[in-house]
Amino acid sequence: MLVKALTGSKKYWGWTIFLLVLIATGFACYLWQLQKGLTITGMSRDVSWGLYISQFTFLVGVAASAVMVVLPYYLHNVKAFGRITILGEFLAIAALIMCLLFVIVDVGKPMRILNMIFYPTPNSMFFWDMIALNGYLLLNIIAGWHALEAEYKAVPPPAWTKILVYISIPWAVSIHTVTAFLYAGLPGRHYWLTAIMAARFLASAFASGPALLIILSYIIKRVSKFDPGREAIQKLAAIVTYATIISVFFVGLEFFTAFYSQVPAHGLDTLKYLFAGLDGHGKLVPWMWTFAILAVLALVLLINPRTRTRDTYLQAACVAVFVSMWIEKGIGLVIGGFIPNPFERVTEYVPTLPETLIALGVWATGFLILTFLYKIAIAVKEETV
Amino acid sequence: METSRRNFLKAGGACLLGLTIWPAVKGFAGNSTEYITSSKALTGEKWGLVIDMKKCWPKYQEGCRECFLACQRAHNIPDVTNKEEEIKWIWTEPYENAFPEQEHEYIAASIKGKPFIVLCNHCENPPCVRVCPTKATFKRRDGIVMMDYHRCIGCRYCMAACPYGARSFNFSDPRPFIKEVNPEFPTREKGVVEKCNFCAERIDTGLPPACVEACPAGALVFGDLDDPNSEVRKILASRYTIQRKPELGTHPCIYYLV
Ligand code: SF4
Ligand code: SF4
Repeated sequence: MLVKALTGSKKYWGWTIFLLVLIATGFACYLWQLQKGLTITGMSRDVSWGLYISQFTFLVGVAASAVMVVLPYYLHNVKAFGRITILGEFLAIAALIMCLLFVIVDVGKPMRILNMIFYPTPNSMFFWDMIALNGYLLLNIIAGWHALEAEYKAVPPPAWTKILVYISIPWAVSIHTVTAFLYAGLPGRHYWLTAIMAARFLASAFASGPALLIILSYIIKRVSKFDPGREAIQKLAAIVTYATIISVFFVGLEFFTAFYSQVPAHGLDTLKYLFAGLDGHGKLVPWMWTFAILAVLALVLLINPRTRTRDTYLQAACVAVFVSMWIEKGIGLVIGGFIPNPFERVTEYVPTLPETLIALGVWATGFLILTFLYKIAIAVKEETV
Repeated sequence: METSRRNFLKAGGACLLGLTIWPAVKGFAGNSTEYITSSKALTGEKWGLVIDMKKCWPKYQEGCRECFLACQRAHNIPDVTNKEEEIKWIWTEPYENAFPEQEHEYIAASIKGKPFIVLCNHCENPPCVRVCPTKATFKRRDGIVMMDYHRCIGCRYCMAACPYGARSFNFSDPRPFIKEVNPEFPTREKGVVEKCNFCAERIDTGLPPACVEACPAGALVFGDLDDPNSEVRKILASRYTIQRKPELGTHPCIYYLV
């Protein structure tokens, strides 16, 4: 099956080469980072995690794409998802590989990263996150690949893969929960120290993952003979709608607790920094308002059935969901948590150019993997239609 | 610090990118939670410090920085000029910043804006130890929260977890920034976290922390918080002291007289 990734149109190769260029640029910058240290990034003593870890956090959410098609298909027998479970699983694989790469580019001593395995430390949430993410990656690789192979050979997938699929459902919940716990258990980081952190992670994941899957489904429909099916897309749209509503609701809950109680230790200062600026610093304010506007726009388009069922509106809504969740989780949440610092001072963070290029390189790697995997999956599906 | 580890550090520094470090790390750092103490070692169950800023200030105003300098000399702390990437073990912060939750509008002028010495609190319940995924940050039996620079992967989880801003990351190679290298103590590489170690290496040879010894005003009092007869306990029993952010449940072992 693998060879199917090696034949394709000019456009396919053009896209591949574009991604390869981004990867090469990112890799070159990474070599420079290895040489110089993380000083080439915008991170500091005060904002000690930046773009890398925030992308990691966001992409863990994207990996939820898999469970949101697998769960309805296997547990509720939603037949429409049968055609696209593989797309969800492959998207999860690409997202998880990006997550792992983002951790590797973030650590100061990447060559020592296996110390996490040589000295396993169960009291660290990082340890559990490593297990959760790698386990989920493995589950999706095995289950996805066997399902596709079975489709290729026109036989039902082996029964044991179904067990893996069932395991993968609670496992998917665990990856978001444990990733949220990375943040939610730290004393003194008021913005993160909230019991609904894991719930927020789940909600925004179930919005952003399926939203991306819808966008990808439309792209696939355009560039190939395989049609993921209108019903599947509409069902996903319903999931995105609910998840976005819940996500925005949860953000509202944080606002209420902070602003009504007026207790600084409930993230009051961070929310002020993010949405209005604090002590004259407000680099993230335009971003956060973009988030707010896009989220509202997405909700309007999604809740109204007339716009949700129209392709163009749905596409716009999904882009809005994806971008708004990316801002909220991929920028605001992680960076906001460090502001103000333990001395109640504001140190702002702006990623540098090499840092951004490295991040882009990782994204490009993920999309290259995704492109190859989807190419194979679609080629198989085109043959069997 | 044991000699074998010191030697290892020198060797480790020489091998570019530390690619070959792993087998050696296993050999030396593998038992880093065990520490070898000489017979002269100070023994204590829970080391702590009481800082009397009123004793410090007159000297401080005259420009005394003996405690910082002693620490810097003892531990090869690089003098990184970029504020955002500074390596700090012991320094001062204005009262409002060191004790943000204990500050109010009408605070006495004798305290407002005054510098307070801050350092790692060697928390009894340290979140940095809890989160470290490699046990590179660990707590010794005498309460000192220590780091193994050879095991640290530089994930900076501990920096996110420490509510006191006590940890610094080596964003670049620190060695060019060290004014005078003390061969008795390891220098660090880029990519690892570091912080105050309460002079564990001195305590293990019977000496008090360098800052305590260096202070000409006797503003820093060091001792065993578990021993009711220690000097620190006597001060704590007789005078009103505060800790930084006690509400976080970390149980800091650094106390302040105000
Ligand atoms: S002050 Fe910070 S670094 Fe020191 S023990 Fe406490 S949490 Fe850890
Ligand atoms: S940076 Fe080093 S000491 Fe800190 S948590 Fe990571 S491995 Fe542990």
